Amino acid sequence: MRLSDEEQAMLAGEMGPACRWAIDHQLQVGRMFDAADMVSVSQAHMMADPESLGEAGVGFVEGLAKDGARVTVPMITDPRGVDLSHYLPLGQTEAMAGLERRFIAACTAMGIMMTDTCINYQTIMPPLNGDHVAYGDTGVVIYSNSVCGARSNFEGGPSALAAGLTGRTPRYGLHLDEHRRATRRFVVETRPRDLMEWGVLGATIGRMAGSYWQVPVIEGIEGAPTSDEIKHFGAAMASWGSTPLFHMVGITPECRSLADVGGEALEATRVGAKELADLGAPFSAAGEPLDVVVFAAPQLSLVEMGQVAALCEGRSRASGTDLVVCTSAQVYGDAARMGYVEAIEGFGGTVLTGTCFYQQYAREIGEANGWTRLLSNSAKIVNILGGYGYRPALASMADCVASAEAGVILPAGERGTA
Amino acid sequence: MAIELACHAGIGPAVEGTALVADDNFSARYDLDRIRGVFSRPQHKLYGQSYCGVILVLNTAKGGVATAWMLHEMASRGMAPRAILLNSANTIMAQGAALAGMAMCDRFADGDVTALIRTGDEVSVDPAAGLVTITSR
Repeated sequence: MRLSDEEQAMLAGEMGPACRWAIDHQLQVGRMFDAADMVSVSQAHMMADPESLGEAGVGFVEGLAKDGARVTVPMITDPRGVDLSHYLPLGQTEAMAGLERRFIAACTAMGIMMTDTCINYQTIMPPLNGDHVAYGDTGVVIYSNSVCGARSNFEGGPSALAAGLTGRTPRYGLHLDEHRRATRRFVVETRPRDLMEWGVLGATIGRMAGSYWQVPVIEGIEGAPTSDEIKHFGAAMASWGSTPLFHMVGITPECRSLADVGGEALEATRVGAKELADLGAPFSAAGEPLDVVVFAAPQLSLVEMGQVAALCEGRSRASGTDLVVCTSAQVYGDAARMGYVEAIEGFGGTVLTGTCFYQQYAREIGEANGWTRLLSNSAKIVNILGGYGYRPALASMADCVASAEAGVILPAGERGTA
Repeated sequence: MAIELACHAGIGPAVEGTALVADDNFSARYDLDRIRGVFSRPQHKLYGQSYCGVILVLNTAKGGVATAWMLHEMASRGMAPRAILLNSANTIMAQGAALAGMAMCDRFADGDVTALIRTGDEVSVDPAAGLVTITSR
């Protein structure tokens, strides 16, 4: 890789040991993907929950902070693993909270802004078209690439941190025009009706695409989806397919026409009711007792908080069924001010701030609370939680709330969609 | 007679070990019980099997970014694969290998690595050279 004089100085340790680690890490990754050089980034976003980090990861980050590391571009964080205002009731331990506190202290010392959100594109500072960034969280990356037209690879926590320290990232993958051309073409036959269905559509296409290096272009969606709809669509696609970018003809900024992304020559794959039903079938569990309803993954926007609150208003959950909602600190303040938090809590629900359910020791909190059968409208979260010992099921937001009230999973559509 | 498999230059140290192979994908968060050191996702083809100390051979990465930290955490407790070989790594796998000091290679010249290597094969991995050798046949 070609390095500038400044980058050579970083590698020689002239900017401190933390910066030397960062550029060395970036060179290892860049060489594996044949990067020619580095590209400056305007922001970095780091996924780093304590379950993923463990003692080793927290110790590593503390070591960088002790070495005097400071980020050189604005750097923000993905959801935390412990809501420090509500962890004991969730069955989390002091040891988990202690790890979280140590990590926050190290990040703060490095100048990282603890935003703790995976919806920064809705709440903090969305990147612009052509903006090179180093983002973690697959949902953040796919939305930023596809909807905003920004340029980021999946940057795992260590690499996002390295980019924050050096202010750059290896120029490979989605920083290059040639990797942003469509490689798979899908024609959607039915427009999704609710957030759950948008997620199922994204998951279906992601599973069919099946690789980080595939770029789906999607036809058949007439009229722009809402930000929340395309958020669920992208997050599910990224989860099921490890897909970091899609184009939607006439909707997303790099694809005003199929020709813009080289899609005309690609064979079209139709995505209809059968394909969507195939994906959803393992997540049907009508009639089964329900342990917990989860609204998360991604964190809820203010609009979603209002929708959940409206459904909860004047009702209560069954005694054996919990309801957990995860949102960001940025949204929580407004949601509390507007009475949404009160409505959800009045239902018997719990609103967690700055965390996401699957990132907060999902196995341990499941065991502590006796949660096995889980219901959500997130096609992303049901894909993740099987390995954590849950039996996840999918339903619309309205059916999730109605099922929490009934204590059993109700048949799909019985209470309408939302 | 050893079988040599050329691949793209990878990451991490040269290592040797016994292969554990499946035509399936990989995410440390989605698929593993990292405390017990086994595949825990019921739908995974390696469900219930230990991945500790093996040369893990799979198709591609899937899912999210957590693997980039988790490989480091697993290695710190001595409960990690010795190497991971994939047909196609994503960026997260490479980043995780770099932090963990774990051997990782992908893009094999002779085709599907999950068919070229069998469970139980003795394998040596040289990421810098882009070379994987099956030493037991």
